[in-house]
Amino acid sequence: MTVTAEVGAPRRRKEDARLITGRTMWTENITLPGMLHLAILRSPMAHARITRIDCAPALGQPGVVAAFSGRDVADVQGSLPCAWLVTEDIVHPDHPPLAVDEVRHVGEAVAVVAARSRAAALDALAAVEVDYEPLPVVLDLEQALAEGADLVHADKGTNRSYDWVFDSGAAGTGGSVDEALASAEVVIRRRYRQQRLIPAFMEPRSVVVDPTGDQYSIWSATQIPHILRFLVSVVTGTPEQKVRVVAPDVGGGFGGKLQVTPEELICFVAARRLGKPVKYTESRADSLVSAHHGRDMIQDLELAARRDGTVLGLKVHLTANMGAYLGLVTPGIPLLGAFMYNGIYKFPAYRFECTGVFTNTVITDAYRGAGRPEATYAIERLMDELAVELNLDPIEVRRRNWIRAEEFPFTTVAGLTYDSGDYAAATDRALALLGYDELRREQAQRREAGDPVQLGIGVSTYTEMCGLAPSRVLGSLRYGAGGWESAMVRVLPTGKVEVVTGTSPHGQGHETAWSQIVADELGVPFDDVEVLHGDTRSSYKGLDTYGSRSLAVGGIALYQACQKVVEKAKPIAARLLECDPADLEFTGGRFQVRGHPDGGKTIADCSLAVFTSHDLPDGVEPTLDADAVYDPVNFSFPHGSHLCAVEVDTQTGRVDVRSYVAVDDVGKAVNPLIVEGQVHGGVVQGIAQALFEEAVYDGDGNLLSGTFVDYTLPSAADLPDLVTDRTESPAPGHPLGAKGVGEAGTIAATPAVVNAVVDALRHRGVSDIQMPCTPERVWQALQSASRSDQQGGGS
Amino acid sequence: MARISITVDGVRYDDDVEPRTLLVYHLREQLGKVGTVVGCDTSNCGACTVLMSDPDGRLVGVKSCAVLAVQADGRQVVTIEGLAGPDNTLHPVQKAFHERHALQCGFCTPGMIMAAVDLLTDNPDPSDAQIREGLEGNLCRCTGYQNIVRAVRDAARDLREAGRSAAPAAPTPLAGEDETPDSGLPREQVPDEVIPQPVP
Amino acid sequence: MIPAAVEYTRPSTVDAAIEVLADEDAKVLAGGQSLIPLLRLRLSAPTVLVDLGALADLRGVRQDGDDLVIGAMTTYDAILRDPLVGRYAPLLAAATQTVGDRQVRHLGTIGGSLAHADPAGDLPAVSLALDATMEVTGASGTRSVPATEFFVDYLTTALAPGELLTAVRVPNNRVAQGWALVGVAALCRRDNGNIADIRVALANMAPTPVRATAVETALTGAQAHHTAIIPACDRAAEGTSPADDLSASAGYRRHLACVLTKRAITGCIAGYVDET
Repeated sequence: MTVTAEVGAPRRRKEDARLITGRTMWTENITLPGMLHLAILRSPMAHARITRIDCAPALGQPGVVAAFSGRDVADVQGSLPCAWLVTEDIVHPDHPPLAVDEVRHVGEAVAVVAARSRAAALDALAAVEVDYEPLPVVLDLEQALAEGADLVHADKGTNRSYDWVFDSGAAGTGGSVDEALASAEVVIRRRYRQQRLIPAFMEPRSVVVDPTGDQYSIWSATQIPHILRFLVSVVTGTPEQKVRVVAPDVGGGFGGKLQVTPEELICFVAARRLGKPVKYTESRADSLVSAHHGRDMIQDLELAARRDGTVLGLKVHLTANMGAYLGLVTPGIPLLGAFMYNGIYKFPAYRFECTGVFTNTVITDAYRGAGRPEATYAIERLMDELAVELNLDPIEVRRRNWIRAEEFPFTTVAGLTYDSGDYAAATDRALALLGYDELRREQAQRREAGDPVQLGIGVSTYTEMCGLAPSRVLGSLRYGAGGWESAMVRVLPTGKVEVVTGTSPHGQGHETAWSQIVADELGVPFDDVEVLHGDTRSSYKGLDTYGSRSLAVGGIALYQACQKVVEKAKPIAARLLECDPADLEFTGGRFQVRGHPDGGKTIADCSLAVFTSHDLPDGVEPTLDADAVYDPVNFSFPHGSHLCAVEVDTQTGRVDVRSYVAVDDVGKAVNPLIVEGQVHGGVVQGIAQALFEEAVYDGDGNLLSGTFVDYTLPSAADLPDLVTDRTESPAPGHPLGAKGVGEAGTIAATPAVVNAVVDALRHRGVSDIQMPCTPERVWQALQSASRSDQQGGGS
Repeated sequence: MARISITVDGVRYDDDVEPRTLLVYHLREQLGKVGTVVGCDTSNCGACTVLMSDPDGRLVGVKSCAVLAVQADGRQVVTIEGLAGPDNTLHPVQKAFHERHALQCGFCTPGMIMAAVDLLTDNPDPSDAQIREGLEGNLCRCTGYQNIVRAVRDAARDLREAGRSAAPAAPTPLAGEDETPDSGLPREQVPDEVIPQPVP
Repeated sequence: MIPAAVEYTRPSTVDAAIEVLADEDAKVLAGGQSLIPLLRLRLSAPTVLVDLGALADLRGVRQDGDDLVIGAMTTYDAILRDPLVGRYAPLLAAATQTVGDRQVRHLGTIGGSLAHADPAGDLPAVSLALDATMEVTGASGTRSVPATEFFVDYLTTALAPGELLTAVRVPNNRVAQGWALVGVAALCRRDNGNIADIRVALANMAPTPVRATAVETALTGAQAHHTAIIPACDRAAEGTSPADDLSASAGYRRHLACVLTKRAITGCIAGYVDET
């Protein structure tokens, strides 16, 4: 019923008006009468027993109203929830918001001070007395699994949280990988490390809790107000109807705000205890040391192939760092990649094993892409290695293995059914945009000339699963919730429309995109639509925003709610037009008698008629409002081809990204401007993993990259212009044809860049560089390659 | 406590502050200028960027988390909330950020816009490379910077075509009174001597 | 984070500043661009901050005979805009361009940078290469400290308690000057195809900025040609003791010192225009 064609238009965003003028409602901006400020004392020890803790001296400090430790609230603070216990026998330790007897990572909260000002609260932290008895620190993943290892949780008797296996032979989705490896002409064995990253959303997290009577209002810089409400209620035993959660304007998340945090519960407990509103806003240093991190896995990989380049099978063993506890979805993150290691390729055998390991570090959890960037990195790096082994162009190896456009829908060896796509079309477009052949010629010339600055070209042809998620699939993976999404459409008497969505945007532009959808479906002006979100009082039902799900799932719920509005309006329009509803059609935003293109009635006409209700047909309910909840039947599978050209200074090791081309197929783009923005941001986060970022702990478990001085986000000056384009394979089964785009760039970019860096140095004997490919790492790789060359080695 | 007087977005504010108070917290908590935000502890992210007059009266970009409020005594400060023109029309940089989709979550945006205004005041026709270098003190995690670069390029062109500098329009009491939502005291309560004059 | 409570004074004369600085726990607040982040992280907690912002005499660049005299409170931005610096100390201008970012350069001062004496800072190394002299004022009067003696150790200078760095005196160096991105500053004077005089200073290769004396010795009087320069530069890291930390290993820093010294000197030679 698209008439005004808002969908597909590069609409400028509604959200911008408040954001570019400084009139934004961040949680940190909230000030309530009588509000107290909290400061949190954090453990300087990676693993220690708290032998004594005394908050009393802090109470004597100016402005201090209260101070307490984990021991003071041990009975009421509950344990932080994990919603994804991936196996029946998973080791799942208690996770108190404030440590009680033992601290297990640097930065863990041990005591809290409430004071009349932020400064007074911070000053008083120094007065809290804590004695720690050091315990052995567990940091290395493999040592943690060794016999007799020191333990993060002594009472659990192991650092192993779980083992999880998918085997295509056992699942009936393919053959045996061991047979494939045994019969292969070529086997590529590699170990890759996904370094630990920090989501580093720009807005530090902030929480305000206001206890009024028996009602608790919580404002939080969160991606998941609905899940937070449910879990605060469950963890603290507070009736759900007494808890309201608001995510006001939220400054980025990238998975980093997909968490129920210690700080949220500490604020809740403090507000309940003190009967006063409280606020906690973290400093950046607090954020880096205590908000969850991402990635941090070792990948052991074996790829079996024939000499003609045909891939026969893949075996993956992941060792995944959980950190010291299990966060909201910590154990499930690696498994989100389990179904993606086969990438866009059709090969017959696949086995995936994952071991979750506890260490004395802050928890890992969702970070943009969550499991899928790691999987894509592994397969795309391996395809390059296979190409080198067989002396083929990396594009050619991919071409020989990928699923062809006419083969969709295609059920993969991992058991997923890919919906649609055209990998050749996207790749051809990307090759043309990059000028691939030209660059290969320049590369050959530079090698020939021994240029100190070498050129490398990297390829990444990715797909991902998004639109999380079919609830049944989640259930089969033991996830603790469903994957549906809800939308409500309210038509006001004047014909203006309010949309209540269960998604919770924090930069994605839902207010704009949702307005475009409603404008088309109801035939109302874009500006007449207001989108409400993030407040459980208005939007009581939703599963929030993560996993590129909002449009792919929530968009359908919204579409369906709009259809219900039209159906409800139909008999009313018929009454207004004095005709039979069966003779009406809804086109161009008007109900018209079929065959009579003049006149007709709009949704606004009907809403006014409903408001007055003076003359409704018998039995017609006087409202146009409708809601819908949609549970997807399948994931959606965007894909794309990213190409990257880098220049590597072989004397200093410095890498410069010279050009980057991203051709993505995200199905139908509701707003191409927003889609392009998501790709830009995603690609840069992927480049950042490849070249710049790493969270580093020292041997005692101190976070060395604890400020933005040492955790080095790239600035504009570090990055190239990106060339983006799209192909469009509409998602079958989605009325809008949309797939999801939030994570695509991050999933694609990292292997494209690392492949390019390795490609630049391949002729010097370099076959891998540990991420991030800093100048020093690149230089070291060149050094060790030339050493092994001198020793007559070679790889 | 130290007595300070700062003119912010065209209105003079006299306050007693603790010497340790950072300018950004003074703006946010004393003056209610919550448009300017804090993103880090180490002046890396630039989210708190405002314009402040230097000893010669020239407005330049500074990170308000790396300035004590007492150091700003006697200075002019322009925040994101004072950037719009006297009739509350958007500054060309604000407009270009909207047109070019140069923001997503928007947290870095006030600082990024102020840094761009600072850059364009200094260099009205920067190359893309100069824009990227000029904004190196401001971090954005959402946009990958590309649309920010485009927006700054567009704003530069618009300003050149309009024949005007990027420096914010001289604040007028009218702005405070009419449409800018939070520009301080109503006109009748503002003593004549503090009505701001254009920076020389 | 916000700083711990601290007292504050903004003296209007150098003498008044020196008087307050007699207090051992007093700390000079120049531009604040290094100090305020340290105060915020509470890594530094002085009892009193002495803000030099009102000392107009300490701002600006002037010519004094053959020397440039740069007031300690001159900001990086002012240095970059100053025509005298551009003409007589292009090395200083080049190095200043890469300090921090625009916002930091608007507030940060040359005096603050030198007195902070971070070995990773660019300006201490440049002052060493330029053979600069620090003008220091204390209760007992003023004295001049050559850059070679000014940097004593990591974050430590020859400034005694109660002393204030008021200006930096840079000899007029109308000779070729080169700057290699980070950390290597080189000056050289050529005489008939030979290198008559050369100074090379390295940042971040020791607890203080240091001169690459092995390179200087090898190249003084040598031919200004890569056959001489390349082997000499391989000795750039001799006698240094770079740190091994999160940003880089000592070995990589030594390697970079050689590569960048080569680039700085080559740039120097290439940029050399014999005065007519």
